[in-house]
Amino acid sequence: MDVERKFRPGERVRVMKAYPLGHVRTPYYVRGCTGTIERLCGAFPNPEELAQMRDGLPARPLYRVRFLHRDLWPGYGGDPADVVEVEIFQHWLEAA
Amino acid sequence: MTDRGSYQPLTYFQLMEVSLRELLVEKGVVTDAQVDETLEDMRRRGPERGARVVARAWTDPEFRKRLLADGTAACEELGLDVPALRLVVVESTPEVHNVIVCTLCSCYPRMLLGLPPDWYKSRNYRSRVVREPRIVLAELGLEVPGDVQIRVHDSTAEMRYMVLPLRPPGTGGWSEERLASIVTRDCMIGVAVPEVTR
Repeated sequence: MDVERKFRPGERVRVMKAYPLGHVRTPYYVRGCTGTIERLCGAFPNPEELAQMRDGLPARPLYRVRFLHRDLWPGYGGDPADVVEVEIFQHWLEAA
Repeated sequence: MTDRGSYQPLTYFQLMEVSLRELLVEKGVVTDAQVDETLEDMRRRGPERGARVVARAWTDPEFRKRLLADGTAACEELGLDVPALRLVVVESTPEVHNVIVCTLCSCYPRMLLGLPPDWYKSRNYRSRVVREPRIVLAELGLEVPGDVQIRVHDSTAEMRYMVLPLRPPGTGGWSEERLASIVTRDCMIGVAVPEVTR
């Protein structure tokens, strides 16, 4: 059984501000930032576990989260509507 | 004495590659022929595969819908096998311009675009396109109008992205082949837009 999904498209989420060692697929520049769930990509084995030669199961929900550039970078100079979308596993997200 | 040409010592990574490959062959994990075949296969794949997908989406609205809903399945429909590629196709419109990157490494839709260009893998592009996309795009020769939203797609985990560019005006009645000819690799990364040369 896959881990149950907690979020739906349109919901606001915050990325955990954590810095564990190892093979982590959550880029630094979004940690601690708030965005919106764009879609669910599916459920996939946890890459942090796979990198340690374990099976990474149960599979975990993976989302695409949309962030406004101006929420990521103070003084962003482009269009205030510009966004970046990043794939983030559920265990890195909390409701915002 | 035999002429050895200009001898260049192997770099660290070349040496690692040769050592690993020879060990795998020696231990019977893979054969030399399989390695050659895989390399040949990688060389054969180029951006014309992605261009075919784009041209079909421009001419067939139903295909376009299926492509945006499930990129992998739609490519398989065209007979393009995309193993290990969970493809998300993002559509550029008059209001939205899409561009792809992988800030963590160099994830790239190789099955449709072939090998990535060196600049795509550079630290410069990867770190800056998520921070100042308009400046990076301008440096690459693409000025995005201020009222067009920019959407940067960072392929950080399982999915791979390809941009479905906006079909340029002046291409009405073109065949799929002719349309595909103006869809370059850079258009499908999102650092260029298709142009009609007069």
